[in-house]
Amino acid sequence: MSLTQLRLGYVPLTDAAPLIVAAELGFAAEEGLELDLIRLQSWAQCRDMLGLGGIDAAHMLVPLPIAQALGLGPAYPQFVLAMVLSVGGQAIAVSADLAEAMRSAGHGFGFDDPMAARDALARAVPGMLRVGVPFPFSTQSELVRRWLFGGDLAGRMSIHTVPPPRMADALAAGEVDAFCVGEPWASYAVERGLGALVLAGRSIWASPPEKGLVLTRDFAEGRPGETGRLMRAVWRACRWLDVPENRTTAAEILSRSEYLNLPPELSERGLMGRLHISAQGEVRQYPGFIRFHEGAANFPWRSLAALFARRIAGLHGLDEATAMASAMACFRTDLYRQHLRVAGADLPGASARVEGAMLHPTAVASEKGQMILGPDAFFDGETFDPPFAKR
Amino acid sequence: MRLQGIASVRSLANALWDKGVSGMARLSIIVVERDRDRALRIVDGLMASGDHAITVIAEETGLARRIAEQRPDIVLIDAGDPSRDVLEELALVSGPMERPVAMFVDRSDENLTRAAIEAGVSAYVVDGLKPERIKPILDAAIARFHMFQKMRAELAATKAALEDRKIIDRAKAILMKARGIDEEAAYALLRKTAMDQNRRMADIAQQLVMAAGLLT
Repeated sequence: MSLTQLRLGYVPLTDAAPLIVAAELGFAAEEGLELDLIRLQSWAQCRDMLGLGGIDAAHMLVPLPIAQALGLGPAYPQFVLAMVLSVGGQAIAVSADLAEAMRSAGHGFGFDDPMAARDALARAVPGMLRVGVPFPFSTQSELVRRWLFGGDLAGRMSIHTVPPPRMADALAAGEVDAFCVGEPWASYAVERGLGALVLAGRSIWASPPEKGLVLTRDFAEGRPGETGRLMRAVWRACRWLDVPENRTTAAEILSRSEYLNLPPELSERGLMGRLHISAQGEVRQYPGFIRFHEGAANFPWRSLAALFARRIAGLHGLDEATAMASAMACFRTDLYRQHLRVAGADLPGASARVEGAMLHPTAVASEKGQMILGPDAFFDGETFDPPFAKR
Repeated sequence: MRLQGIASVRSLANALWDKGVSGMARLSIIVVERDRDRALRIVDGLMASGDHAITVIAEETGLARRIAEQRPDIVLIDAGDPSRDVLEELALVSGPMERPVAMFVDRSDENLTRAAIEAGVSAYVVDGLKPERIKPILDAAIARFHMFQKMRAELAATKAALEDRKIIDRAKAILMKARGIDEEAAYALLRKTAMDQNRRMADIAQQLVMAAGLLT
């Protein structure tokens, strides 16, 4: 049988694993697909390649298709997010100098306490704090704003875009004092002795969606057969990735020269939830540091789209209600239901939810009976109930 | 005399531009390019397209700050450069004191955009700059980037050919030693095997060298 070839773009990060695993371990071939994986160097390039037809689908920051829907990018055909690829996987690092100052003031580097880390950081930073994030429209940007805006640093911090592989160097060159990035690039800075980890992204927001599978609307609606096959292959790869025994193998595959081109030991840290927080080798266990499947992680809740849209609208002077409506329309729960039901995915009864309401794993109504959603609380206790969202 | 004549015609044109007869001043262009040789070639190409103030930035460190200080009309950068995301951030900033910048694909004619993407060059252009002023610059940049692509492809092809020849030479030597045949016969044998199996000679040679390595 000849395979249908699809071109997929990804940016080298641990959370590109679903696409790489789908291609490498036969999940794509089972669906009659051959995935041509194209390594890209920036999110702008990823967006342009998808917009101009250079690739059929992309591993993309969850807020990026939302920014496109709000008109904050080049005028390309509409993008849709068909499924979420990963939740969590981000870490916040501070420079070696700041880490030293925090340590000597008695901070314990627990890696899971946003308040303690924020207070210690505020005391250690004499003036302005410059924080690096990978892209203006990124989950990292949302996490950093949420974390710092309530504290002493709110009025004396600025956020700057730094490409992930350059984060460590930007810290070393004094361009930024701290950063929030997806693995393995935080561990990479620690390994080079340039910084220390202070916080996991999931400690700020227990369920922060990080990357999504993004296609153009024309492709997703015009070629439903291929879209469905791709979604099923990737969904099965995500399920495989959340079997704990598979994580070491995943780290090996990801680290190959054609993908991340880094020692497997680095990406293993995030995948196994065993992070070295300093060059001295202090280890913090963080179970579920990154998830690819469990807790209905792949479902593109429309309420998530609204949450990111509200933030982006606020930053760019757009009307909130309109922004939320446009954003929700590009999170395609209908495609998810249509294409993944046949693969055996359990489907929630609702397509939107109150974000931040769950402190513990919670059972909700679903087609197969009960679905367990992971905790999704924000550290500041906010809950977000999107208006207009049909549940 | 002749040279001077051309020079004076040119400076007259410039003077007219500067006086705003055609509403044009010199454009300030930043080229973000780490490779010195490539940067020089791009600058050469741009110079030939008109009289511009061109600055090359070769370092990633402080890129955003340096661009903001220069306030360029156009920034040219390799489409695959990781620093592009830094420019994206600049393009979004549009406070009252700042000049909005957009990616060129936003409002250009489609052919030019496609040509730029295919050549692998991205342009960020300050708001309000007329398309007819952008076009010659982008055309020049596209021509240079095409040349780089060609050079890269040629280099890769040369390298591959060299590798092929090396491995075929090693395979020939193994065959000559193992079967006591001369070079010509060894070559003929490799070629026949490749043709019979419908494979490249270098692939057959590679397998032979690997197998021989296992056997000794």
